[in-house]
Amino acid sequence: MSTSRAGEDLAALRELIGRHKRRDVMFGIVGLACMMVGVVTLIVLFIDLLIDGAPRFSWDFFTSFPSRRAGEAGILSAWVGTLLVMAVTMVAAVPLGVAAGIYLEEYAPKNWVTDLIEINVTNLAGVPSIVYGLLALGLFVYALGFGQSVLSAGLTLALLILPVIIVATRESIRAIPGSIREAAHAVGATKWQVTYDHILPYSVGGIMTGVIIGLARAIGETAPIITIGALTFIAFLPAAPVQAEFPFVSGEWLFAPFTVLPIQMFNWVSRPDTAFHANAAATGIVIIVATLAMNALAIRIRYRIRQRIKW
Amino acid sequence: MKQLKSIAVAAALVGVTAAPAALADIVKIDGSSTVFPVTEAVAEEFQKSVKGKYKVTVGISGTGGGFKKFCRGDIDIADASRPILTKEMEECRKSGITYVELPVAFDALTVMVNPKNAFIKSMTVAELKKIWEPGAQGTITKWNQVNPEWPDAPLKLFGAGADSGTFDYFTEAIVGKAKSSRGDFTASEDDNVLVQGVSRDVNALGFFGYAYYAENTDKLKAVAIVEKAGGPAVLPSEKTVLDGTYQPLSRPIFIYVSAKSLQKPEVKQFVEYYLTHGPKLAKEVKYVALPPAAYKIGMQRVADVETGTAFGGIAEVGVKIDELLARALKQ
Repeated sequence: MSTSRAGEDLAALRELIGRHKRRDVMFGIVGLACMMVGVVTLIVLFIDLLIDGAPRFSWDFFTSFPSRRAGEAGILSAWVGTLLVMAVTMVAAVPLGVAAGIYLEEYAPKNWVTDLIEINVTNLAGVPSIVYGLLALGLFVYALGFGQSVLSAGLTLALLILPVIIVATRESIRAIPGSIREAAHAVGATKWQVTYDHILPYSVGGIMTGVIIGLARAIGETAPIITIGALTFIAFLPAAPVQAEFPFVSGEWLFAPFTVLPIQMFNWVSRPDTAFHANAAATGIVIIVATLAMNALAIRIRYRIRQRIKW
Repeated sequence: MKQLKSIAVAAALVGVTAAPAALADIVKIDGSSTVFPVTEAVAEEFQKSVKGKYKVTVGISGTGGGFKKFCRGDIDIADASRPILTKEMEECRKSGITYVELPVAFDALTVMVNPKNAFIKSMTVAELKKIWEPGAQGTITKWNQVNPEWPDAPLKLFGAGADSGTFDYFTEAIVGKAKSSRGDFTASEDDNVLVQGVSRDVNALGFFGYAYYAENTDKLKAVAIVEKAGGPAVLPSEKTVLDGTYQPLSRPIFIYVSAKSLQKPEVKQFVEYYLTHGPKLAKEVKYVALPPAAYKIGMQRVADVETGTAFGGIAEVGVKIDELLARALKQ
């Protein structure tokens, strides 16, 4: 009798284990399917763009201005505009975002005011971009008188990605063990010395990652840029920032009118002449490749810096 | 860190030497997306012809958005797919901006069905009204409810988005009141979405700009319009738009030039270039050019800086171009 009971127990146990294993496999399949939805969609989209846009890729496409003739139209003013706007965004957002992140993590007293600011910073990352556009229209374009310029656009996008940079900075600072701070304080270092000589160098990888991911988001933004008055047809470039005569640098480009890649693409998509749709697809490829390249760079930088850290 | 420092220093230097006043020789244009293709073509050719001496920028913020910037003095020329309205005239008056109104081309709104649709050749304005008026929402859902001779098939509607001048004009011309329309149709600001929709559904009916039809004649069938019952059915074409028989869906499109900006040589030259080369370029981008006399009158208006509008702030439907140009201008 006892042997038969043991046999029953064993059979029940085997069935239980088998059931759990089946569930395990099932979740694996469901998970794979979920992942494929995202990946396959992106790949199909990209291939579709490639098929439509690849014939338009040529040197001329990057060195021509927009035109009413699809075959002659290019993205020169758009990619130069995107580059300049991104430069302004970076110069404005990085110091502000990193400094704010350091302050919140290292200096800010732990009280309800700080808590409130922290919650708000996190929430700001979720505010729709058009809201930033409307704010910027009132503040930069009119109140500060920057006009519909590269400067206004760059500052608008800087506002947009500021929360991303602040959060990334804080996360990477938080990952540094407290013992490092304590050791530095123990030998008499001030808070600033600890921050400048230890915290910043160790966290720069994470900060750079945040900056690049923020810029990759900004590069595809259309709504806030349209709100502050980006153009659709512009067939000249802003004055070069470096000049031949004194004082050699010029800020004229900051106040120049501009357009950016996503706006150029949007305009071409909505044209009646279907030949323009190939141009739009080619522009889409440029934007996607730029974004992917930036993300790849972020991963690479993080990897290199992590290798350098010796603790 | 060193890099960051040098970037900051460079930024400060650049800021010091900034000089926004150097943008004086740019002709700034903004406004309607319907007028954009024509203005873009003119801007492109103008810039080539002056060899980069003057520069032109064209934005798209809609007719209303364009007038807002225009009356604030931000731009030199407003692209408009409808005449200036009373409210906008008021705003311009407040900021002391006067303008020269210049019709530059025709746009013909085209009603379209699927090419496989065999039973529709023409429609009357009354039939279109029955389909599009606000009361039709939820009740007129089949073709035979509009006309018993048509089949018992579902009616799928496609139209321009509510923010566009095209929607305003179509509702004004068909229903009798701007922006008054049923809401249960596929609306898009991007006309290509509408082209796709109508070309894929046998039971579809849609309206959009003539240029989109001209580029897609293989995928769409234009419907001839009967203005008054018993009248002739007229298809949109260069000829019927020009002789004024394609009614009430053909409309002139405009540019408004600030009188103050007209004193600048680059703006004056650009406008003159627009009126001389506009007809040819408008045809190239599938718009219908005005009769030659209209451009001559426009030139005269520019030379004399004759300001004001022929409409008095009211959007009208079916105005003939000759009559329009003969009218006295109102401030």
